[in-house]
Amino acid sequence: MTPDMTAPPVVRVTSIRKTYGQTVAVDDVSFSVEPGEIFGLIGPNGAGKTTTMECVEGLRRPDRGQIEVLGFDPIRDGRRLQPLIGVQLQEAQLQKRIKVWEAVDLWATLYDTVLDGNRLLDQLGLRDKREAWFMNLSGGQKQRLFIALALINQPELVFLDELTTGLDPQARHAIWELVRSIRDRGQTVFLTTHLMEEAERLCDRVAIIEHGRIVDHDTPAGLVDKHCPERTVLVSTTHEDAATRFAQLPSVDTVTEDNDRHTIRGRGDNLVTEVIHCLSAHNIRVSEFRTEQPTLEDVFLTLTGHSIRD
Amino acid sequence: MLRGLGKLTWLEIKIFVREPMGLIGSVLIPVMMFLVLGRTFGPRLREATSLVAVQMQVGLPVFVAVFIAISAVLSLVAIISIYRESGILKRLRATPINPVTILVTHVLVKLVLTAVTVLVMVILGRRYYPAGTDIPLFAFTVALLLSTWSILSTGFIIASLVRTARFAPPLGSLVLYMMLPFCGLFLPVDSLPPVTQAISTVLPLTYAVSLLSGIWQGNPWSAHLDDIAALVVVFILCTFVASRVFRWE
Repeated sequence: MTPDMTAPPVVRVTSIRKTYGQTVAVDDVSFSVEPGEIFGLIGPNGAGKTTTMECVEGLRRPDRGQIEVLGFDPIRDGRRLQPLIGVQLQEAQLQKRIKVWEAVDLWATLYDTVLDGNRLLDQLGLRDKREAWFMNLSGGQKQRLFIALALINQPELVFLDELTTGLDPQARHAIWELVRSIRDRGQTVFLTTHLMEEAERLCDRVAIIEHGRIVDHDTPAGLVDKHCPERTVLVSTTHEDAATRFAQLPSVDTVTEDNDRHTIRGRGDNLVTEVIHCLSAHNIRVSEFRTEQPTLEDVFLTLTGHSIRD
Repeated sequence: MLRGLGKLTWLEIKIFVREPMGLIGSVLIPVMMFLVLGRTFGPRLREATSLVAVQMQVGLPVFVAVFIAISAVLSLVAIISIYRESGILKRLRATPINPVTILVTHVLVKLVLTAVTVLVMVILGRRYYPAGTDIPLFAFTVALLLSTWSILSTGFIIASLVRTARFAPPLGSLVLYMMLPFCGLFLPVDSLPPVTQAISTVLPLTYAVSLLSGIWQGNPWSAHLDDIAALVVVFILCTFVASRVFRWE
């Protein structure tokens, strides 16, 4: 499902600022979330992701700026907005000895329109854990329970804050599938993550935030094209003229040779096609052929001058 | 208005019972204390002429009752700080639940536990207060619930002031047990030095002790309107302060 860009945005944030004492957590942040998309606010820890999200959820009051969520002011109209949104908080806990079904049951009594709790637990793979205490769940199971609680009221907008942090890769992939299925049901997802791979695989659009400011926003592919247009093709061949031939191609910038391995760097979508065409035209036999695409990780490095893990 | 109150209260009672340490601290220890003290002084209690009997027939139940109330408040302080530190309060705040519901829930849970403790104590301690003795049990329980309810409001202030869950119980104990010498539990307030008497007039525990001993001795409620009024004022004042300083995260 593609985002509907003609409808009014689900979230509209205009120039918000939030300080804690002397520390400016969020400064002049503006963005919008469109209906039916997975929107990601991405950046390193401490960049201001959670603060921004909690302002949008109505849990914090920004010092300055406007926020509109589904047509409501999240602070002033909190009571009317709450039933329309579903929230998963970073590092939230439940009572240690609450049972899975009890949590879902409690949440269900707080809303007018609710899904069937048992079916929801089935869909999230928690059927066998209905009677388990919260404290005995694994990290992935806890997050799936939090997703269940965020979905129980059939919200139009779901907030997911650092959903897969601390999960192993297998659990992480399972959670990504769940998030996609939320979008495919027509609900809008607003998430934060510091995992660039997650943002790239999951999000329709992302905004990169660093030191409390939005650095840029677009689709992941759009950001890569804009900030990291370089493409690399690796070719292993014993053909003598190969390097010379590659260097003559219009999209190629540089060719380096290490024994039989050629690293061809260039820019634009035509590079790979030109290299393949060249191999075929000159009857060059290759033992290895690989392309390297820049990722959001590289975009982040280009935009901020450092890796997201620093 | 307080949607989810019933369900959350029942849930919190179940969760409390699943935690062995909480149950031991709030129910078992006061009951054990009553039984041990009752066994120690029990034989002498039956001799109506003995001075101990006069003292203990009033003193022991009230002493244990105050202990039950303090345990309830300490348990509230611990639970609120743990819930805040681990983000449970914050998670509930991100739902349509009324924040007042969460607080009322915990007060109700503590009151139910207090009533249960008294019940267990009465059943197990029956032999120290032989049948035929005229004990206003129902009125005494109501007085204890009223006292606990009032002192619980101080618990919210303590829970608001302490930053981490680790320091909440020690600080709570310090505040509450410091009140004990001044509240007339061991010595009548009248016999205390003037300065100490002045301190005791501002402590909620003083009025709780006065109410509990009076009701136990068979006084009518009308004789304790001043104690009841003081406990209500304490509740209103502390609830107001707590609502100003309470932190959800």
